Amino acid sequence: MTRKQRRLYFVLLGMLALGAATALVLTAINDTLVYFYTPADIQTKHVAPGRRFRLGGLVEKGSVIKKGETVEFKVTDLTASLPVTYTGVLPDLFREGQGVVAEGRLDPQGLFHASEVLAKHDEKYMPKEVADALKKSGHWQEGQVTK
Amino acid sequence: MIPETGHFALILALFVAVVQATVPMIGASRGDRAWMDLSRPAAVAQFLLIAIAFGALVTCYVTSDFSVLNVAQNSHTDKPMFYKVSGVWANHEGSMLLWVFILSLYGMGVAAAGGNLPPALRARALAVQAMISVGFILFILLTSNPFARLDPAPFNGNGMNPLLQDPGLAFHPPMLYLGYVGFSMAFSFAIAALIEGRVDAAWARWVRPWSLLAWCSLTLGIGLGSWWAYYTLGWGGWWYWDPVENASFMPWLAGTALLHSSIVVEKRDTLKAWTILLAIVTFSLSLLGTFLVRSGVLTSVHSFASDPARGVFVLALLVVVTGGSLTLFTFRAASLKGGGLFAPISREGSLLLNNVLMSTGAGTVLLGTLYPLFTDALNLGKVSVGAPFFNSVFLPLMVPMVMTMAIGPMMQWKRGDLAGALSRLKVAFVLALAVAVATWLLAGGSASPLWAAGGLGLAAWLFVGTAVEWAERVRLGRCSFGEFLQRCGHLPRSAYGMTITHAGLAVVIVGITGSTAWKTEQIQVMHPGDTVNVAGYQVTLDGTQDNVPGPNYTALRATFTARKDGRLIAVMHPEKRQYTMPPRPTTDAAIHTNLIGDLYAVIGDPDGTGGFVTRLYYNPLVPWIFIGALIMVGGGLVSLTDRRYRVGAPLRTARAAAAAARA
Repeated sequence: MTRKQRRLYFVLLGMLALGAATALVLTAINDTLVYFYTPADIQTKHVAPGRRFRLGGLVEKGSVIKKGETVEFKVTDLTASLPVTYTGVLPDLFREGQGVVAEGRLDPQGLFHASEVLAKHDEKYMPKEVADALKKSGHWQEGQVTK
Repeated sequence: MIPETGHFALILALFVAVVQATVPMIGASRGDRAWMDLSRPAAVAQFLLIAIAFGALVTCYVTSDFSVLNVAQNSHTDKPMFYKVSGVWANHEGSMLLWVFILSLYGMGVAAAGGNLPPALRARALAVQAMISVGFILFILLTSNPFARLDPAPFNGNGMNPLLQDPGLAFHPPMLYLGYVGFSMAFSFAIAALIEGRVDAAWARWVRPWSLLAWCSLTLGIGLGSWWAYYTLGWGGWWYWDPVENASFMPWLAGTALLHSSIVVEKRDTLKAWTILLAIVTFSLSLLGTFLVRSGVLTSVHSFASDPARGVFVLALLVVVTGGSLTLFTFRAASLKGGGLFAPISREGSLLLNNVLMSTGAGTVLLGTLYPLFTDALNLGKVSVGAPFFNSVFLPLMVPMVMTMAIGPMMQWKRGDLAGALSRLKVAFVLALAVAVATWLLAGGSASPLWAAGGLGLAAWLFVGTAVEWAERVRLGRCSFGEFLQRCGHLPRSAYGMTITHAGLAVVIVGITGSTAWKTEQIQVMHPGDTVNVAGYQVTLDGTQDNVPGPNYTALRATFTARKDGRLIAVMHPEKRQYTMPPRPTTDAAIHTNLIGDLYAVIGDPDGTGGFVTRLYYNPLVPWIFIGALIMVGGGLVSLTDRRYRVGAPLRTARAAAAAARA
């Protein structure tokens, strides 16, 4: 095999792998990409029920109701709020008034069914999306919660 | 005094590193032996100075010197001694000091063990190593000084994140850094070779042990991190495709490809430019990992509170290292001509296929990890790319790779016989098919038995294929027992290393498949005395005990008993801990394992009527993931003891003889 042939083989193999990867990425990315919305986004944009997304904001004070293993609470960006229901054990750092990110789907009645409530390792840390959302809604105070 | 000593030692180390980065490099281009040889004492001096700095910080933590800001922010007198020490690297400043400490440790390793290296190559590699050192010591001194004082000193510290107070996580960062930083050795040798314009079998042989050591450490580090996530986060999962996990996984993929392509350089004297490129990419991905973790640009369950100035500094380092080395690569790569034949159907051909798939895999992980950054920067909305993406993109790429992993080792160098190899793998094929069919029939009731059958079949294919290859090499059952033993003894350690590591991966695949396909999860409210059925176990909540004291926490402790057909299997004590400093709750899951599967119990909040929310899991085959990872590390270590790295100076002139002996 000459140098040229070898290079051709190398390039072909690389193109094949890259092509396969591109095809996989393109088919996967639309179904698996999870958008991040705040309660205010839900009011202004139409998010189809059943579409999986992440909801972020603060846990509204006084909204947490525990019914056995199911928990209901509201997520707010201090402009709008959205009711959430979740079955399972909440992360240790889940608190009223603290930042939270929940992943799940809206039902036709506008109730958010969370399948996952994300845990943070550090309570000083606020999810970046939540901080940005609060900045956007004008309720961000510098030095608040985050370090 | 002690922190100032440490600070001063670090500043001195910076100057030593500057000297080590310049003088030997100039000496190597002028051919001045004395200037070149300065690299060795400089590397040793640099190591000693950084060791003093690191020791000083450890002393501050051990003695709880809260006049040091870093100690006051991250430690507490009530913390057990073990976590006072591991607390040194459980924060940003300390972990960066550990980073340069390990960097200088590798540098000293080359200076001490590299007696048989050509002086110019050694001088240049150590100089490149010192350049990285300069960048990172500057980073510490300018943006993250761990020795900054606090006046007045507080009576006690803020304590350490209780999630990090765990034996698994105490060793996770050092192992991970030994891996990340270890690939800097391959990088430094690659840059040195580019400057020299010469890459040959001897070069590959010198680089290989360092890459192998880095690979073993990284594998162990990732395994420890995954194990920690499994038992402390209380979710019963062991991998989340979280950006920070991906940050450690990408260099692992690229490093694995590097290990394999360097074999081709050593044995066949080809794929040189590609191997150099992989060395650069692997270390760049390690730096990218450092950047992603340290800058906080990505939302991650691991995110540390972050500081933009640090992010910018690491990003600048990343740009200089990657950009500079790739520029050098473009100018010099053409001079690295490979020799000899290269047939697609051959051992080197299958190693190339492995490389292409591994790199493509690393590329897709990179894309998925950085995609949210792009969409955010381009105002396309905030998105997250999670497990479903990686599962549907990365896993399909790994299937052909695992299939080739059984075939490749059966092929000859230069010109392989694919049909012959496949016919020798008939046993593996039949057994893999049998395993797949059996899985499909036995798990017929499950929701997803088809891909699970495929996963287990793939694992069987790899395991049996690897075993067949070994059996052929030692002529198992085809010669007398004495000859068999003799052959076992003569087989090089690196061959055993490959067999063990590939078999270990098969074990990991079994674990991944089993735990994903047949995991059982039960979430409910239980009152004391209630029994729940989980995967054939009857789990009873016997009672709970509040305010159980720990060294720096109090716990709510539950007692569960697990029975199977009336027989007592285990008594389990999950806890919900409330730490005193910082005041924070954690979950401590109770796990009972019989190596086939784990029974996993978590106690949650009280529901107000005397009951508790509980989560019970049965995680089948999860232990296999961690056992498999340990087997892989073991295989790497066996390979590291191979004769050819220990014995004699591998002279460049000896390479033809070596190649002839192996052909």
